[in-house]
Amino acid sequence: MALLDARGLACPEPVMIARRAMASKEKAYQIVVDNPTAKENVTRYAEHQGYRVSVTEKNGEFTLDITK
Amino acid sequence: MSFLKNKTDIIVGGLIIGVVAALLVLFGNPANMGFCIACFIRDTAGALGLHRAAAVQYIRPEIIGIILGAFLVALVKKEFAPRGGSAPMTRFTLGFFVMIGCLMFLGCPFRMIVRMGGGDLNALVGLVGFVCGILTGVFFLNKGYSLKRTYSLPKLEGTILPAAVVVLLILLILAPEFIFFSEAGAGPGAKHAAIAISLAAGVIVGAIAQRTRLCMAGGVRDIVLFKDFRLISGFVAILVAALITNLILTAATPGSFFKLGFAEQAVAHTDGLWNSLGMYLVGFGAILLGGCPLRQLVLAGEGNTDSAMAILGLLVGAAFCHNFGLASSAKGPTANGQIAVIIGIVVVFIIAAVNTFGKKADA
Repeated sequence: MALLDARGLACPEPVMIARRAMASKEKAYQIVVDNPTAKENVTRYAEHQGYRVSVTEKNGEFTLDITK
Repeated sequence: MSFLKNKTDIIVGGLIIGVVAALLVLFGNPANMGFCIACFIRDTAGALGLHRAAAVQYIRPEIIGIILGAFLVALVKKEFAPRGGSAPMTRFTLGFFVMIGCLMFLGCPFRMIVRMGGGDLNALVGLVGFVCGILTGVFFLNKGYSLKRTYSLPKLEGTILPAAVVVLLILLILAPEFIFFSEAGAGPGAKHAAIAISLAAGVIVGAIAQRTRLCMAGGVRDIVLFKDFRLISGFVAILVAALITNLILTAATPGSFFKLGFAEQAVAHTDGLWNSLGMYLVGFGAILLGGCPLRQLVLAGEGNTDSAMAILGLLVGAAFCHNFGLASSAKGPTANGQIAVIIGIVVVFIIAAVNTFGKKADA
């Protein structure tokens, strides 16, 4: 599973990171973001690519578990 | 309706914003200028005496409303999160030159849509430049452009700009002598809806834009990068709603709210090359900033001090435009303005290149 840290980055950068990572077509990714816009955008992109996304929030940071 | 998935909120929001923008003209704003973030920041700069162009001086409540609307909704939704530290001076500089591009064209991307909705075909020419600018920005994004990470800041830091616009609102209402207001008939600055109407319109737009993450530059960007049509849906919804509202108002009232063509459009000129180059600079700069001027206001309302820096850049850029004869008028662009736009494009290219190819080592 690939771990990606997109904290502190504004859109579209978190989605760019997700897109670059997903080019390797792994089965699972975990991405940490720290703003709701990034959470929504990465989720939308991952779902569009056929992944399932579950989100957990802790102290304003969102951990997105992305799986096929 | 799979196309509508994830888009209903932004389409409904865009339709409301389009109607509100068209109605503001009915209530007194300049023609095809229900909203213009660039023009309104420019008018506010004039009211504060940062420039002395007597035609464009007024503290625009729409700007105040957008920032406060976004601020209040972000507070309620627990999304108010002061942050900053991602290349503030670069963002100030980008804001400065985005304003120079806007005042070459005579409008921000939001007003470009509103102008199209009023039948102004010069705005379509501007749109061509805008899209080319966005595509240039996307090229650098694809190569790894980044202004690096932001960091959390104390609550006070993110509250300063919302507090400052409350002070502006008080100055507008009290209208002390040291604030400049365009006199009746002097120009666009003298045309405005009542304060309460403009403020309410701003709050509505700020709140909707905060919830939907609406951005005029992000639409084309997201289609190219991610095949994501969400943000462009908001853009199109504003256009459709403004167009229909203008047609209804023209039929139902004695005024004219829609005129199809290039010539004699309100607060606009017909120089296609410079309309296009101005918006090229705006599109390119907006992508590097991560959003159009409207989005910068909303992000600043959420506590993003980097966006607040971009807004200060827009404000200072507006003052420079009118102090040094860079802004266009209905007669067309000025030579000084053309030089400034070329300089702006060069500077923005340098910022893009340095932050794409020059920072690999410390990434």
